[in-house]
Amino acid sequence: MIGDPALTAATVGGAVPRRGRRLRLPVGLLALAGGLVALAAVRVLTGADDLTSGGAVAAAIQSAVPIGLAGLGGLWAERAGVVNIGLEGQLILGTWFGAWGGYHWGPWVGVLAAVVGGGLGGLLHAVATVSFGVDHIVSGVAITILAGGVARYLSQLAFAGLPGGGVTQSPSVPELPRWSVPGLGGLVGVERRHWFLVGDLAGILRGALTHVSALTVIAVLLVPLTYLVLWRTGFGLRLRSVGENPAAAESLGVDVYRYKYYGVVISGALAGLGGAFLSMVASSIYREGQTGGRGFIGLAAMIFGNWRPGGLAAGAGLFGYTDALQLRGGSRSVHALLLFLAVLLLAVGVRHLRHRRTVPGAVTVCVAVLVAVWYVTTDSIPAEFVQAAPHVTTLVVLALAAQRLRMPAADGQRYRRGG
Amino acid sequence: MGDLGAAARTASARPDTARLLPQLVAPVAALALAALISAVALSVSGGNPITAFRAMADYGTQPASLVDILNRSTDYYIAAVAVAIGFRMNLFNIGVDGQYRLATLVAAAVGAASFLDWLPGVLRILVIVAVAVAVGAFWAGVAAVLKVTRGVSEVISTIMLNFIGGQIVAYLLTPEHLGVQARGSNDVTTRLLPSDSWVPGIPLIPNAPGGVHGFILVAVAVGAGYWFLLGRTRFGFDLRATGMSASAAVASGVNARRMVLYAMLLSGAVAGLTGMSQLLGARHAYTSSVGGIGFTAIGIALLGRNSPVGIGLAALLWAFLDRSALILDLNEIPKEIVTIMQGATVLAVVVAYELAARVGRRAQQRRVGAATAEPDRSEVPM
Repeated sequence: MIGDPALTAATVGGAVPRRGRRLRLPVGLLALAGGLVALAAVRVLTGADDLTSGGAVAAAIQSAVPIGLAGLGGLWAERAGVVNIGLEGQLILGTWFGAWGGYHWGPWVGVLAAVVGGGLGGLLHAVATVSFGVDHIVSGVAITILAGGVARYLSQLAFAGLPGGGVTQSPSVPELPRWSVPGLGGLVGVERRHWFLVGDLAGILRGALTHVSALTVIAVLLVPLTYLVLWRTGFGLRLRSVGENPAAAESLGVDVYRYKYYGVVISGALAGLGGAFLSMVASSIYREGQTGGRGFIGLAAMIFGNWRPGGLAAGAGLFGYTDALQLRGGSRSVHALLLFLAVLLLAVGVRHLRHRRTVPGAVTVCVAVLVAVWYVTTDSIPAEFVQAAPHVTTLVVLALAAQRLRMPAADGQRYRRGG
Repeated sequence: MGDLGAAARTASARPDTARLLPQLVAPVAALALAALISAVALSVSGGNPITAFRAMADYGTQPASLVDILNRSTDYYIAAVAVAIGFRMNLFNIGVDGQYRLATLVAAAVGAASFLDWLPGVLRILVIVAVAVAVGAFWAGVAAVLKVTRGVSEVISTIMLNFIGGQIVAYLLTPEHLGVQARGSNDVTTRLLPSDSWVPGIPLIPNAPGGVHGFILVAVAVGAGYWFLLGRTRFGFDLRATGMSASAAVASGVNARRMVLYAMLLSGAVAGLTGMSQLLGARHAYTSSVGGIGFTAIGIALLGRNSPVGIGLAALLWAFLDRSALILDLNEIPKEIVTIMQGATVLAVVVAYELAARVGRRAQQRRVGAATAEPDRSEVPM
């Protein structure tokens, strides 16, 4: 993904390898708790109660799931060494096939059809990149163009003439079941009091545990499942070895092509599942342009998460949260987030300064001050800026962390099987 | 050693047919395959492929259609050249869409701004084009700077910049900023350009209503400039060398980071020109219909193999399919089938070229191997 080794070597400049400082679970939980307290404080200070309301949390999860599934798709492909920029196309196929299967044979068949449809998109990408050695980006772009055409063409054949259907949209699709954890009915009352921290926790619990779609549960479970399969089984080890050093893997008897196929087809299937979520859970019809570039955001979330499932889920959550606030017309909530961002940047900057990293520390503190000034001098943020927030976040994160990220060593390279 | 030299001499003396032949067969085979896929899709949707193709050919060659095709391919061509400049050194400028939308908006706003009222039309056109080029280069430059200073993949950053550019355009194109609400319509556009800075059409096609956009000449010039810069200058050589092997180029003294920056700026500058033909020749204001051909341009650049002539042919083919598809609806065939034709063509072509390169390489290896192999002992006179 990052490109030619010579170019990246030039840019990284032979940096001294950093000490592996992965976020351990206790530290991560502590950071999460700290962030929650800060968010609660910001909410109380600014009165932007939507920041942690149950509705906002539910909407954030709703936005995060397709991004996360696309990201998981990206993870499976790139761990096998294939860059799948066709995720967007496979997402489109998923939305269409989900709606089509769901309309005719019920929601669960729709989910299955979406997985198959996305998987077919993945298969096409695998045939082009693995068997024919086409450049990964080129094939991905072609698949995204093709998927848009296929979906529109199939709509014309399958949806035109049905009630509410047409070239650009499907008739309405039956819903998947939604579940609630019993006994949480009292949370609404607690949330309405807006107590510091308690109210916030109630909101988050209500959003995350009540009225949850079955597909959300599946998507959340797929994150640890991906970790277990890729990092704790022989199959996963072989798949990752193909992405790190295919020549070595082959010399040890791994069928490189087969494992690349597995990775890319599963990748497409996961993106297809994300598409089903978009057309069957997030809304109840297929609509053209429904994916809105979420495949690309998913890819960004995966890079944000350093090619690991946990980080990817965090990235998807972050993007989903900003997306949700914007969807709820929350230019006020997002405005309040500016204060949160300023505090966060200030903390990072002070930490830099204490470790005697003067330049990055000073820059971060300056940015924090600027954000704070922005917060004080304005009342709201234009909706367009809010909509661009996930994309700007991605760029900033990549710019700050790109050199600390470690992608699979043979990612994006063509591989020809030895004789 | 002497044998090797002789083999190399004979190999370079005659044209390398074993390597070139597959390269020539590939596009023909790919187009045939794409046509086959399209024919199948046509049959599935209940049409007769032959009558459908004939209807498309008839409609697509009418004078009005030809004008439309040339106009469409002007935009496609410029955008695809922008993509191709990046491709030649393994840079993926997926951000052409954002670059030209932003460039067109700012150029349209500057061109219609009241502080330029004193400028004569021709100079104003130059200012508009210069602004578009500068804005396009700037927006691509963000991705370039991120790549050379922070090692961020341009694939991701240009995609993100597309979205961000789109939101900036949406923000600026409001009545509070650069937009003007057209009377009796919901459309917000920029102010109309003064009529002395409209580029007149060229009556290229006889019997056609209206002329071909005059900006097509700029597209031709862009193509010629692209050919000259990449094929005939030191800069172009360095650029192609970096694309083929960055490490070899660096070893021979090319500053790869600077090449990334220059190539990306150049690509963005050309991308900035994409919307000019429509702006100066037809719409005379930024409208919400601008945008959406960045991805298409990637397909066209791939189809044309990054060659100035090839891209031209690909752009014409694409525009022809766009235009002639309009007739399909009258024959009760969904015109959306054309998108499948276009996508299938791109995919078939890239696979075909890859296969051709492989076959050619193998044939060449075999020949060189035969020419330089250890001579058979029995035939060597002792």
